[in-house]
Amino acid sequence: MTATVPNPTAAGQPPAPTAPTEAASLAPLASLAPRAAERLNPAAPAPGLPKAPGSMSIRDVSCYYGSHLAVADVSLEIPGRAVTAFIGPSGCGKSTLLRAINRMHEVIPGARAEGTIALDGADLYSKGVDPVAVRSKVGMVFQKPNPFPAMSIKDNVLAGLIIRGAKPRAAAADELVERCLVRAHLWEEVKDRLKKSGDSLSGGQQQRLCIARAIAVQPDVVLMDEPCSALDPISTLAIEELMRDLARDYTVVVVTHNMAQANRISDITAFFSLARAGEPGRLVEAGLTADIFSAPKVTATRDYIDGRFG
Amino acid sequence: MMAAASAVALVLVGVLVFLAVNGGPAVTAGEGELPAHAKNFLALAGPLAFGSLWVAVIALALASLPAVGVALAATIYAPSPRFGRFLGAVLDLLAAVPSVVFGLWGLMVLAPAVVPGYEWAHAHLGWLPFFSGEPSVTGRTVLTAGMVVAVMILPIMAAICRESFALTPPALIEAAYALGATRWEMVRAAVLPVARSGIVAGGMLGLGRALGETMAVAMVLSATPSLISFNVISAENPSTIAAFIASTFPESTGAEVSALIGLGLVLFAISLVVSLVGRRIAKQGGLR
Repeated sequence: MTATVPNPTAAGQPPAPTAPTEAASLAPLASLAPRAAERLNPAAPAPGLPKAPGSMSIRDVSCYYGSHLAVADVSLEIPGRAVTAFIGPSGCGKSTLLRAINRMHEVIPGARAEGTIALDGADLYSKGVDPVAVRSKVGMVFQKPNPFPAMSIKDNVLAGLIIRGAKPRAAAADELVERCLVRAHLWEEVKDRLKKSGDSLSGGQQQRLCIARAIAVQPDVVLMDEPCSALDPISTLAIEELMRDLARDYTVVVVTHNMAQANRISDITAFFSLARAGEPGRLVEAGLTADIFSAPKVTATRDYIDGRFG
Repeated sequence: MMAAASAVALVLVGVLVFLAVNGGPAVTAGEGELPAHAKNFLALAGPLAFGSLWVAVIALALASLPAVGVALAATIYAPSPRFGRFLGAVLDLLAAVPSVVFGLWGLMVLAPAVVPGYEWAHAHLGWLPFFSGEPSVTGRTVLTAGMVVAVMILPIMAAICRESFALTPPALIEAAYALGATRWEMVRAAVLPVARSGIVAGGMLGLGRALGETMAVAMVLSATPSLISFNVISAENPSTIAAFIASTFPESTGAEVSALIGLGLVLFAISLVVSLVGRRIAKQGGLR
């Protein structure tokens, strides 16, 4: 398991003197937000207790590309205000399922999903639900940072509102931009160049800008599709810290290939796999991250975590 | 390759030399020697250059929105890739229609059909300089010519727009959708800003083609070559350089021929500037 830990010092160049070492930076991380594991246990939610807002319930979800079944029969509880990680080998459908959560899956021609995905009890797939409305409640951050190149940093944060013709007035806009950029741990780095293009930022900064953009439309859930896979270790660390921090106010679901990352940042881990290439991906096992990584119930999970395949 | 390239350059230089040598004497020609009873070359070329630009701008204005719309329909809004290809084929067919055929159609079908519209525009929008004055009874006006040319430049403009829309990074399309954009909102946020230079370049190419359009304009337009007027529906219309050359050349001799060749040089210069500007803008946008 430790074999896949991206060690910043092993990134090809010695870290700058101010660069935090992994151990040193993970300590404050833990203090940022108490792990949801201390608050809830999704495997056996206490009956009668109110769920944290933003909790999701995935029931019998299958995703198709045309006639090809990519993900089959997934049922999974995603606790609110916590980080849930989807892990598994390539092609296991974890990204497809993630995209089904905010109905981005169906943007691809021919793609569709079946089953129910409920946010705070309301099915996002019931008839009459507008996918456009779903996407403003369930935001998304992509693998590659994708700020709008023709927009300034400030307008990128406001993009969700500008797009809908709901750009707030000057003072309110400034306030919102600052709040979101502070929340995305980017404010100090860009506050003097808000008018510059988002293209002028580094990859890690662009990704945090995209996170600021996602939370500016006040979603309940933030989905992240391998948000660090295009970033260097230092930027990765910054995003990981941010994900823990975001979980205080948002439900965070993250797809990652990096098992050490899943172990570091998530409260819940869901392991997906597929029998062989061409077969649909299935949910193998889900539970508290600590349990999944220390005592997986299924052999396939243990093999994957131990690095025997995938 | 190099031989072909130098041949092209040689032809270009040859044309330029031909125009300059044969057209040059017209610049100093006086009253009585020039066609259309012009006092001097400037008095001849000025109104015609205006007419060329005026018809081209009208055509560009009329064709821009449809070109962008058709290009969007063929890419982003296409229900299937097959529909997009079908639309592309239709546009290619439109581009293949000979200029003379468009001229006949404009003269015999479009011009009579638009007369009631011109009368309405004069009655209700007559306070605009474009629609003041008595409307033409034949419909053979600058606006009709502009419409015909608009149809002719639509395919090239739509093709360039389609190409640049298809180059929209999928990541930006997803970014817009993920923020809760409708399809049209996505187009405005992700597709159009990125394709802006492509749209402008398509417009410039369309403008260049419209400037050079000869046959259809010569057939449709009922022209007064010395006129400069912004009125687009009257019976009195400015002519264009290309149409004027085509219709005047057969009965011209001596200095008149020289004047017509000089006009060709003027048109060449205008077209060159337009296409250079178009190329520069296209290059900025990363297109060819």
